[in-house]
Amino acid sequence: MKLAKPLACALTIGCLLVLITFTPAVFAAVQDPSASAPGRVMARQATKENQLWITADHTKHEALKKTFTTGAEITKACLSCHSEAKAQFEKTIHWQWMVPGTESDKKIGKAGYSLNNFCISTNKTKDNSCLACHPGWGTATEAINCLVCHGRETINWDEAFEDMQYFMGESDEESREMAADLQSQIQSAVQAVGRPTRKNCGSCHFYGGGGDGVKHGDLDSSLTKPNKDLDVHMGSDGQNFDCVRCHTTQLHNIAGRMYTAPAYTERKSLIEDDLASKITCESCHSATPHEAGHKANDHTDKVACQSCHIPTVARVNPTKMSWDWSEAGRKKDGKPYKTKDEFGKYDYMSIKGQMKWAKNIQPEYFWFNGSIASRTTRDEIDPAGVVAVSQPVGGQSDPQSRIFPFKIHRGVQPYDKVHKTLLAPLLSGDDGYWKTLDWDRALSKGQEALGLPFSGQFDFVETTYVFPLTHMVAPKATVVTCKECHAREDGRLAELAGFYMPGRDQWRFMDAMGWVLVIGSLLGVVLHGLGRVFTNGRKEG
Amino acid sequence: MKMVNIYLYTRYERFWHWLQMALIAVLLATGFEIHGLFAWLGFEEAVGFHNFVGLSWLILFAFFVFWVFTTGEWHQYVPTTRKMFSMIRYYGYGIFRGEPHPVPKRKDAKHNPLQRLVYLSLAALLLPVQMATGFLYWSYNSWKDWGLQWLPLEAVALIHLGGAFAILSFLVVHVYMTTTGHSLLAHIRAMITGWEEVQEGTRIEDWERARDKRYSTA
Repeated sequence: MKLAKPLACALTIGCLLVLITFTPAVFAAVQDPSASAPGRVMARQATKENQLWITADHTKHEALKKTFTTGAEITKACLSCHSEAKAQFEKTIHWQWMVPGTESDKKIGKAGYSLNNFCISTNKTKDNSCLACHPGWGTATEAINCLVCHGRETINWDEAFEDMQYFMGESDEESREMAADLQSQIQSAVQAVGRPTRKNCGSCHFYGGGGDGVKHGDLDSSLTKPNKDLDVHMGSDGQNFDCVRCHTTQLHNIAGRMYTAPAYTERKSLIEDDLASKITCESCHSATPHEAGHKANDHTDKVACQSCHIPTVARVNPTKMSWDWSEAGRKKDGKPYKTKDEFGKYDYMSIKGQMKWAKNIQPEYFWFNGSIASRTTRDEIDPAGVVAVSQPVGGQSDPQSRIFPFKIHRGVQPYDKVHKTLLAPLLSGDDGYWKTLDWDRALSKGQEALGLPFSGQFDFVETTYVFPLTHMVAPKATVVTCKECHAREDGRLAELAGFYMPGRDQWRFMDAMGWVLVIGSLLGVVLHGLGRVFTNGRKEG
Repeated sequence: MKMVNIYLYTRYERFWHWLQMALIAVLLATGFEIHGLFAWLGFEEAVGFHNFVGLSWLILFAFFVFWVFTTGEWHQYVPTTRKMFSMIRYYGYGIFRGEPHPVPKRKDAKHNPLQRLVYLSLAALLLPVQMATGFLYWSYNSWKDWGLQWLPLEAVALIHLGGAFAILSFLVVHVYMTTTGHSLLAHIRAMITGWEEVQEGTRIEDWERARDKRYSTA
């Protein structure tokens, strides 16, 4: 009888322990999988109707059936129906290359005093090679080329027009046929229009900085036809989103980040405001997208979705990590030369300097409220340190700021030793560095184009340039795990100081005192026990 | 000398003791893992367990508080300085000489003065502080709603960690002290079965008795 009671008691305790240990696992196992991520379910519903339909067949429009001999004629044809498009588009940053709404004096934008640490500056668009990405016809900035964004067929307009003009001037049968053939190609391209596709946006944004994947890391030609592993939203085997699915548009102004202006100012989901832009993750996924009770829902106040859901970028194509202009100008056998790296990318070019490419890069993390602070060619620098050409704005105590992933491009670029400003060399053209390999000339011509002084004395300074990462959202299975940040050493957020993070931070003093206490106790009882063994032995003896 | 069995610990008391032990063991292990001391369950799992077990403890502790007051067992925790010196002398000297325990156990006097002090500090201070800081830590995201945004997480975490070390240190000494009965496992046996062996006819001083009518001898 006496044994039964303790046995029952032990059994009860045992059962309870088992229950307590395994209850969470049991709960997780029986959960309905569709309830595991309410944010995903919501986003799927919000984007369900993606079968867009149109009421116009542009192949039937008379205005597009005529003969086109210049780009401007095409623009005119478009505007003959879309009468307001020109006025709208000419106000946008895509056309002006200037940030709207900033003090006009500051002139922030590609066409102003802004610069980076790639090809540095457009020299107020005097550097013609930059205009390859301006949505006009060729390098002309008069008429809008609607087809850059709306054309579905790729065509080299300059060549096509030039060749056609040539063949039209000839009188032989064959030339006339060639001219007619080219004209039908042009007409076909003009008639094949629609909403911008990934390819349209990508024709500039995938190639910024002068080549595929140079700039962003999360934007390159691999996103023209990505799979779900590369981007869960754009994957053609999944949701197959075009860029404009999220980059919604108003009067030709496309939602997104532009220099100082954040991509969004309010964190609203479509439930709160169904006409809000879809530019943020939370627009469709809400601020608590994970299963109820999951810690990740608590993180969304301080950690951007991108920080966990974009573990690495440049997962298919490499991206440029650094560019050292000070190494430019070297010659082999008296001639400029270039060498290629393991990716087949140029890692040295006499005209550009030393460059480093990398794939699968892990982002660096900073507090970010959506704004980027940019330095212009007119801002004074401190050449003693690394100059941040651009840097995220934000801080831990700012409620608008969250931890956000960035690609940092590190550069070494020229600056004026007297005026203490970064310099903007002219690169293309007869006076450009790429032809002359003459810094003095390129720098004075470049500064002259900007209307800024150049003392003639220059040196090179280390710089950084930041790209917020928001594309290449990876599938759930490869999401950044807790441990990758909540780690004592080498965590992803190891550099982000100023706040306490469980698992990463410790107080050496407290830990030391704690262990002194515990080990002291242990030593104490061991000594005490030994004392008892020893003295009892003596007594018995 | 003749030993007699006395029923010292009731069923609930023993259940609570071992349950709390298990809870504290899991909390210590997962807590130190979260603190980055070692890798066992993985950070995410460790946090999940720590939260679940911690909240369970908080709820179960309410039952203990209820029990301790309704049964009058709280009297056992009232601190006293009487015989405190004898106890210190006993552990520091007498125990090595085989001297008798100065404050033997009785149903109405389970705890010697040192135990009273330690267990009171534990049950009324250390464990509640640990539970309170743990609960605050867990509810970090609600601080703003509760008007607690002035509270630094670091301070809460620091106290919580300090408490963990204190509990671990208590555990070491406590486990060792179980061996100081008349046999090595006597105290552990008592906490499992409820029955403790004491010397027959041990006299219990009046002041040692819990002031509870239940125990008063007519």
